[in-house]
Amino acid sequence: MGKTVPLTIDGKDVEAASGQNILEVAHEQGIYIPTLCHYSRTTNVGACRVCVVEVEEAKSLVASCCMPVSPGMVIRTNTPKVRDARRLIVELLWASGDHNCLNCEQNGACELQNLIYWLEIEKPRFPIEHPGYDVEKTNTMIQRDLNKCILCGRCIRACNEIQVNEILDFSQRGSRAKVGPAFDTDYIDSDCYFCGECADACPVGAITFKQARFAGRPWELKKVKTTCAYCGVGCQMDLNVHDNRIVKVTGNRAYEQPNWGSLCIKGRFGLDFVNHPDRLKTPLIRTEKGGELAEATWEEAYAFIAEKLTDIRKENGPESIAGLSSARCTNEENYLFQKFMRAVIGTNHVDHCARL
Amino acid sequence: MTNSVEEIEFTDVILATGTNTTENHPVISSRIKRAVSQRGAKLIVIDPREIDLVKYATLWLRQKPGTDVAVFNGLMNVIIEEGIFAKEYVENRTEGFEALKKVVEKFTPEYVEKISGVPVEDLKKAARLYAGAEKASLLYAMGITQHITGTDNVKSCANLAMLCGKVGIEGGGVNPLRGQNNVQGACDMGALPNVFPAYQSVISDEARVKFEKAWGATLSAKPGKTVVEIAEAAHRGEIKAIYVMGENPLLSDPDITHVEAAFKHLELLVVQDIFLTETARLADVVLPSACFAEKDGTFTNTERRVQRIRKAVPAPGQAKADWQIISGLSTKMGYPMSYASAEEIMKEIALVTPSYAGITYERIEKEGLQWPCPNTDHPGTRFLHKDLFSRGRGLFHAIEYIPPAELPDRDYPMILSTGRVLYHYHTGTMTRLAKGSMERCPESLVEIHPSDAQRLGIQDGQIVKVTSRRGTLQAKAKVTTRSDQGMIFMNFHFHEAAVNLLTNPALDPIGKIPEYKVCAVRVEAA
Repeated sequence: MGKTVPLTIDGKDVEAASGQNILEVAHEQGIYIPTLCHYSRTTNVGACRVCVVEVEEAKSLVASCCMPVSPGMVIRTNTPKVRDARRLIVELLWASGDHNCLNCEQNGACELQNLIYWLEIEKPRFPIEHPGYDVEKTNTMIQRDLNKCILCGRCIRACNEIQVNEILDFSQRGSRAKVGPAFDTDYIDSDCYFCGECADACPVGAITFKQARFAGRPWELKKVKTTCAYCGVGCQMDLNVHDNRIVKVTGNRAYEQPNWGSLCIKGRFGLDFVNHPDRLKTPLIRTEKGGELAEATWEEAYAFIAEKLTDIRKENGPESIAGLSSARCTNEENYLFQKFMRAVIGTNHVDHCARL
Repeated sequence: MTNSVEEIEFTDVILATGTNTTENHPVISSRIKRAVSQRGAKLIVIDPREIDLVKYATLWLRQKPGTDVAVFNGLMNVIIEEGIFAKEYVENRTEGFEALKKVVEKFTPEYVEKISGVPVEDLKKAARLYAGAEKASLLYAMGITQHITGTDNVKSCANLAMLCGKVGIEGGGVNPLRGQNNVQGACDMGALPNVFPAYQSVISDEARVKFEKAWGATLSAKPGKTVVEIAEAAHRGEIKAIYVMGENPLLSDPDITHVEAAFKHLELLVVQDIFLTETARLADVVLPSACFAEKDGTFTNTERRVQRIRKAVPAPGQAKADWQIISGLSTKMGYPMSYASAEEIMKEIALVTPSYAGITYERIEKEGLQWPCPNTDHPGTRFLHKDLFSRGRGLFHAIEYIPPAELPDRDYPMILSTGRVLYHYHTGTMTRLAKGSMERCPESLVEIHPSDAQRLGIQDGQIVKVTSRRGTLQAKAKVTTRSDQGMIFMNFHFHEAAVNLLTNPALDPIGKIPEYKVCAVRVEAA
């Protein structure tokens, strides 16, 4: 798309593409405009208004995320009027919820907290009114604390426009408006599929991962990019690790293909097995048929297997030995396994459960 | 997949058959749903079950289980009859059209309705919609392959796509959605009885000589046995030792009573796994493995994209990465393997695997590459068969319809299909330990149509007994129209109701895949 729309932003003459909005043009130009409700790859709704800017000849401040550029537009993103409006909005958001960072999981990763700091707000000029909602604790995966919700609607758009699971929406109106599943039920009583996209989308501590509660501060977590071990889509995701434990799994839209940060319940909440006490920790050998499996060293296990395999091959030939490799293991491991069966044992009896 | 995951979202028509995508590949299903709801794409679902995708479908053809070939032949009959196939494409890029035309001639919509139950008009509409699209993506999964005619079903998908010129184009293709994280890679790496890495045949002298040289060993030219055949041979006493790495055939194979007996016959069973699975309990030696979060390596996804996994946490106790275990054992057996890292193994893979030749850890650090990637300057391949098919011309296979191996009769009057549910995975080794999944789906359910339930005096939530010629089990009934009349559905995640006690080990003669989607059962209140 050619750049066909001339305009002026913060005194700089630039060319924008037709159809772009002011926010996109500003970001292209390296101009920071704060946002809360904006969530890329979903509809711009202009709900939070913190992205307002001045446009010459416009009647009022405009939400930059929703305003398409037009030729000759003169935009100012950082005037006293703009700053005052942003402060007012953020102070109102602060005052209308229980934004207590002390024990909030998002402390340090909260977009509202960051914005308050950036706007240098000491405290809101309005009295803080605790909305008085109960924190939803009826499932083990997603915690919903509507007291911290700023009604940006990102969770709703993530649910409906990205995952297209169509579970979350607004209910009620005005100061009682809230986000959640239909008929004001808890997640667990709804048709929710627990993909967790809403929690990844939430800019504050309203929708968080329950299993990560008190398990590590955002700045203590090490994110390790990896590939999901469940189905064949190969979703890219971040394992959030603290004290050598996986605390939670988050999507990362910057990884792009193939999943653009989206995950499902299995990748997101299905890793309890990693730390499970039943994990095998040592080799086991059953020395006598019908006997019990007993703990052994690696050396003993290798020696036992090597001797038996060698004997069986000597007596019955390599065709009497078979190997089942695994669609769960890595390429490197599958390669080595078939190499072992073919080059060391001498048989092509190697398969895996591709068919099952 | 011939094409890429991303392309599904930007195509005009999606034909999804034998794939319950929202439960088995949820993230791909989002792309389908976005294509439909945000981009105006049309979705055709061909599936015996009323899966969630049906809500988004323009057309839903509910065929009787196992009648896929008839439905596909019927679609092609309409397309040829109405002259709406891609004539130039068929002329220039394919062969075998005349034979195909001859076979599908008798599959008139009326005849197909008799076999499959798909109404004549719906079949015609679906044929016109698919053939008329500029770009159309055909998606399938185990609902197509887990039949004695699995190979025929897949070939039928390919026939339809080629007939309409939908292969080798952006947004098109014949796209199997692979069910396991690295089933694509395991196949690519030659964990198959008839091929070396990159599908180089073990009976080819050229390939064998190449690998003999690379590995410094003498290799067998005799193709090996498949999973189910290995179990059979063990039962007969021909196979005396089995080395299992990360599989649980005692829950995943058909007719598991038979498999268990076979494994108990063995002189040596070695199982390498992360848990003491049903199979590991029978083993003579159990070796503790590191799981995916505890090691480095690569998986290849369903769109042929080779992607990294990275070590995030230490393995428990003395557990080791599978590649380290194989290396240790191999060295002990007098064939030293001394790889210092998974990356070193990938370097060797690239040397002997033409489609992976250009793949290095450095290149896939940020984003995976899709094979074929023949050299380190190659950007990877987004979709296959662009100008030429792998064999040159695309070959049509004229395919006759064969009914499933075991159909309902007086004693076993209903059809059982098996599959997965969203909340669990395969034999449940991993998801059964997930609090969230167990909260959402704590037990196996028998999905049964309301009219069957009423006839049999079964209430929703009641325990029912399901019996086939091979076994019997009990589980809770879920009364739902997702199942068609005369058909039940069960998952295979729960050993308490191990559905493979019931399934039929009848195999597709070529793919050797068991017919998990159709067997005859009797259902009664327990």
